[in-house]
Amino acid sequence: MNQFSNLVYLVPLFPLIGFLINGLGRNSLSKSLISLIGCGVILASFAVSVGIFFEARHFGNTPVIVNLFDFIKVPGFNIPFAFHVDQLSSLFLLIITGVGFLIHVYSTAYMHEEATQHYGRYFSYLNLFVFSMLLLVLGANYLIMFIGWEGVGLCSYLLIGYWFKNNNYNYAARKAFIMNRIGDVGFLLGIFWILSKTGGTLTYTEVFAQASTFSTFDVTAITMLLFIGAMGKSAQIPLYTWLPDAMAGPTPVSALIHAATMVTAGIYMIVRSNVLYTMAPATQIVVAIIGLATAFFAATIATKQNDIKKVLAYSTVSQLGYMFLGLGVGAYTGAVFHVMTHAFFKALLFLGAGSVIHAMQNQQDIRYMGGLKKHMPVTHITFLLACLAISGIPPFSGFFSKDEILAAAYEHNIILWVIGVITAGLTAFYMFRLYAMTFLGAFRGTHEQEHHLHESPSAMTIPLIVLAILSVVGGFAGIPEVFASNAHGLEHFLSPVIARNPESHQLDHGTEYMLMGISVALALIAIVYAWSRFSKKPEIEEAEGAGKLLANKWYVDELYDTVISKPLLASGNVLKNVVEKSGIDGIVNGVGRGIQYAGRQIRLMQSGQVGNYILLMVLSMVLMILLVFYGNNLTPIFNMFK
Amino acid sequence: MPIQYYITLSIVLFCIGIVGVLTRRNAIIIFMCIELMLNAVNLLLVAFSKMHNAVAVGSNANPTAGVDGQLFVFFIMVVAAAEVSVGLSIIVMMYRNTHSVDVNFLNRLKN
Repeated sequence: MNQFSNLVYLVPLFPLIGFLINGLGRNSLSKSLISLIGCGVILASFAVSVGIFFEARHFGNTPVIVNLFDFIKVPGFNIPFAFHVDQLSSLFLLIITGVGFLIHVYSTAYMHEEATQHYGRYFSYLNLFVFSMLLLVLGANYLIMFIGWEGVGLCSYLLIGYWFKNNNYNYAARKAFIMNRIGDVGFLLGIFWILSKTGGTLTYTEVFAQASTFSTFDVTAITMLLFIGAMGKSAQIPLYTWLPDAMAGPTPVSALIHAATMVTAGIYMIVRSNVLYTMAPATQIVVAIIGLATAFFAATIATKQNDIKKVLAYSTVSQLGYMFLGLGVGAYTGAVFHVMTHAFFKALLFLGAGSVIHAMQNQQDIRYMGGLKKHMPVTHITFLLACLAISGIPPFSGFFSKDEILAAAYEHNIILWVIGVITAGLTAFYMFRLYAMTFLGAFRGTHEQEHHLHESPSAMTIPLIVLAILSVVGGFAGIPEVFASNAHGLEHFLSPVIARNPESHQLDHGTEYMLMGISVALALIAIVYAWSRFSKKPEIEEAEGAGKLLANKWYVDELYDTVISKPLLASGNVLKNVVEKSGIDGIVNGVGRGIQYAGRQIRLMQSGQVGNYILLMVLSMVLMILLVFYGNNLTPIFNMFK
Repeated sequence: MPIQYYITLSIVLFCIGIVGVLTRRNAIIIFMCIELMLNAVNLLLVAFSKMHNAVAVGSNANPTAGVDGQLFVFFIMVVAAAEVSVGLSIIVMMYRNTHSVDVNFLNRLKN
């Protein structure tokens, strides 16, 4: 019956084995063997995941819990190492292993010029990344999730700093790690809070069963703390600045971070805890506002970036904002749906960008590209499809998922919807600015680069084609009610996991058509405008005025630098130079010096004259006798000298 | 005779011994002074022992009370004899090496 689900431990086990083999054997294995192992283990996981996915349809309301062993067991506190297989986790398994596999295949070609040793290191990190993410998704309690949560943080650090000889890349890696740690503290505190309320269990099923006994304050605090964790991992205001800097890593890594693993962790966690979030309306409002603010804010920044990967990075931040908007207004299915479609088209965009960068000999600035359409047909077509998908043009996948979130936002509050639609227009604008400046117009790079331009090898184009197909058709998993009744396969599939919001009412069809019409029209206008403007006259000169503000990312990095980093560094320097050097060192050295001095003086008493020694001995004996007899009352002795 | 006389005598003897040890440089005289101190203590022990015995006999209790003090004196004498033999042999060796029994020559262990 559940033969695949009971084998679920194989899904994370395969990448772990791949990590160990590639990591330990990176000096001795050949490149082809490393690629074979690296991709093979993910493919094996994917195969098992597919089996689990098709079984999960029939689970109904009871998830399959696979207990592996007791992880922490003390009286009154029991954390088993268990996996939780249900519709939600099986869907995430498919996304992670499926998109992850394509990215692995792509990497074999993209990273081909690396030295064998580093090639092995790269693939072992990649496998570890997938392993951590699978652990995060599969864990049956918050602690296992936290292990995976930390694992992806570590792997992102390792992969962003993969080219560790470049100091700037190391700083970017460090930034990602620290930002994530800030969020992790919130997550950890949330876990502790849950633990103190449930009396010793973190298992999802038990926590959610007890959730109704929590007070409103507790639920709000728990969900807020968990959301802080999600802010860090999923790059929301104010902890989003690490994600654009994470572009320092190799491009397939960016694709992996942005599409399959890492940033979706926060969404997954909140969807998993949807029972708690539905009970905390205050948190939901905060989630929706932060999500929307992030979406809009990041979209404005993306319109003025000139680095092909930076544009995509900010678009990820923006799309993640949409997902949180969905979570905040209670459209959990919509958020998961957007995670899925976003995984397809964002992986495709990044891999396409990687293909461009590969052809341009590591040039990432779109001001020096242009006219790549005729040199790279496959990349061009797939990239165009992804741009259409992310812009929300029907019938591409992004349209369905974005529309679902926007419709839910409209039901909630029209202001949310208005800003959401404007952001959608901005999205279409900056994506087609990127597209036009990269693929249209005339080539603006050097002659040497132009000579070198070529379509990427098939190991890179095949993943692109597969992802392009998924980006186009992925939306049909969730056709809204208005087009065909009962066609929202995803909602149907996820319904056992996600508590249906009882208040949610369906919009009438006319309103829904109108909403779709407005957002599509806005996106189309933005596309046509961007296309016509940037294909003819690319934006090469430096931005000025408001554009400069956007090009410099609203100076948020500088703001953090002045408000947080500099004071921290300054206080650190004060502690180091003043407190440490003159305070603590002074005490330690002073004690040492005092003892040395005393020793030098007391040494003089050791004269070698036996007589002196005996005299001292006698005197001290007399003193001792006096103390023994008069120790409690010294007045008779003082009186003696009067 | 009152016990105070014995105590005074032994304190005087002991102090003479101490002063002798501190002031004299001749090893043999220092040695004799040490003996003097030992015997001052012995004297005191015997004196207290007799005093306890007298008190005990007076109240018709145990007639041998206080004898342990006198026994102690014998032990001290035995130990002192052993000490004398060791000490004298040290002095003999010292004389052979330095042709002197002046303790102030014995500061070679300094530093």
